Amino acid sequence: MSDLLLPPEKRYANIINQRRNEDGSELSILNLGPTHPATHGIFQNILLMDGERIVDGEGTVGYIHRAFEKIAENRPFYQINVLTDRLNYCSSPINNMGWWMTLEKALGVEVPKRVQYMRVIVMELARIADHIICNSVLGVDTGALTGFLYVFQYREKIYEIYEEICGARLTTNMGRIGGFERDWSPTAWAKLDKFMEEFPPIWEQFENLLTRNRIFMDRTINVGAISAEKAISYGFTGPNLRAAGIDYDVRAMQPYSSYEDFDFNIPVGKSGDTYDRFCVRNQEVWESLSIIRQALAKMPEGPYHADVPDYYLPPKEDVYTTMESLIYHFKIVMGEVPVPLTEVYHAVEGGNGELGFYLITDGSRTPYRLHFRRPCFIYYQAFNEMVKGQMLSDAIATLSSLNVIAGELDA
Amino acid sequence: MALETSVIQNKLIEKFGLQVSDFVQIHDIFTFEVTPDSIVEVMRYLKEDPTLRFNFLTDVCGIHYPDYEVNRQFAVVYHMHNWIDNVRIRIKCYLNAENPEIDTVTDLFLSANWQERETYDFYGIIFKGHPQLKRILNMDEMTSFPLRKEFPLEDGGRTDKDDRFFGRTTQNR
Repeated sequence: MSDLLLPPEKRYANIINQRRNEDGSELSILNLGPTHPATHGIFQNILLMDGERIVDGEGTVGYIHRAFEKIAENRPFYQINVLTDRLNYCSSPINNMGWWMTLEKALGVEVPKRVQYMRVIVMELARIADHIICNSVLGVDTGALTGFLYVFQYREKIYEIYEEICGARLTTNMGRIGGFERDWSPTAWAKLDKFMEEFPPIWEQFENLLTRNRIFMDRTINVGAISAEKAISYGFTGPNLRAAGIDYDVRAMQPYSSYEDFDFNIPVGKSGDTYDRFCVRNQEVWESLSIIRQALAKMPEGPYHADVPDYYLPPKEDVYTTMESLIYHFKIVMGEVPVPLTEVYHAVEGGNGELGFYLITDGSRTPYRLHFRRPCFIYYQAFNEMVKGQMLSDAIATLSSLNVIAGELDA
Repeated sequence: MALETSVIQNKLIEKFGLQVSDFVQIHDIFTFEVTPDSIVEVMRYLKEDPTLRFNFLTDVCGIHYPDYEVNRQFAVVYHMHNWIDNVRIRIKCYLNAENPEIDTVTDLFLSANWQERETYDFYGIIFKGHPQLKRILNMDEMTSFPLRKEFPLEDGGRTDKDDRFFGRTTQNR
């Protein structure tokens, strides 16, 4: 039996004994997690330490596994949206929109241009919220609380916009097949405009606090670096890959929801270390703001949902008065919608990488199989290799800059 | 698209003959089947050939088809992506139900490690040669494979909930 199959603490106990006999060094085991506040989520890492330095580590994941893929096989399509919320809960609208787009691809639903632009706006807002959390918390983990307090207020403003759009804040359950459940209210647009006006100077302040900050740079440069080749092999996507110098972005490679209409840059880093990841995310926030600005300027007129009565719930008033609406309402709620026999893979650029949905339908009311390609799950396996030989406090900064979200990791 | 799917198909058939089959374009992804014993070679070829250049393993997952014939009851699905020509492909390997085994591709792509562990965890598909094939999201003590279709979503003894009309149960597929 391979040594790696043993529980890590047993494996490390053997190594400790061996090393003590060999050269008298005194290694020790450190159990980090599962509920350590610095890990921002429920992961356990069992580390083999030589003083403050990490010799080896093994992560245990799955503490908040909620069997989403199994549940998805037992729920009608519209009820799966709430599961996607709880993947990367820092940017749930991206997950929601990704799921609707997957379904629309499978069902062959054409979405009006206006809806696509509105989706771009919420997805970019979600990306900003995601990057606010990641970067400001990276500041906290390296000892700078101020920046966090400055920008977190603006995450709250983004949540207020969500609230106007869909009524919820964190787990948004936003949208329907073919569009949005209601048109955005004037308040929502006003709040969005206000945010677009107030947030950029704050983000600039935040950047000024950290980007050239001596302490922050010392704590992050050359910490948790990964080469581009390794990153590709480990399946990195999103900002973490771009920090290593590869300009892969699903929004540009396979534009969905009219991303091809917008002009934006893909910021890349060079060394793939914590500092570069931080800088790439900072830049991406500016790009997201620019995309939102363009979408607002070009926002076409039109309906807020596609004309697909088979899948889109009729207005509630009509359900009580017209026969046809009642029938559609009943059929949609009971999940009896026409579903072709097909399989699709649809990817969106999530907050931390390529979020993919692999859906197989068999013509029944539920997916036959639904697999989420969760970027966190795939790149978190590189973590132990990235921190090997580094100090414990560097491992915390690295973990924080990777933006590993437990909900997405564990599904 | 610089790389035509017909090129992929011809090159694979030329090199592997009958081990690759059932080429079909499903929506935007070109899909084909590979026999399980040649998966590593096919993937190595796809990755290293100078025209194919499928440099990225996007996703690995399992599927259970209990109604299929016994040799095709499990499938492992690989999504690969060529970033240079921007082409995605989907590879399917059907496995025997009694003995679902396939070679690991961790030597080609490090990202396969946890994804194969996940597939093992949920379907009980054995990846031969995997460095650390143990459960990952479920607890180590678990004996069943929860994404197999016969595994019920909820405790069958519950009487307070009737999901018959809303979803798939083991009786109501």
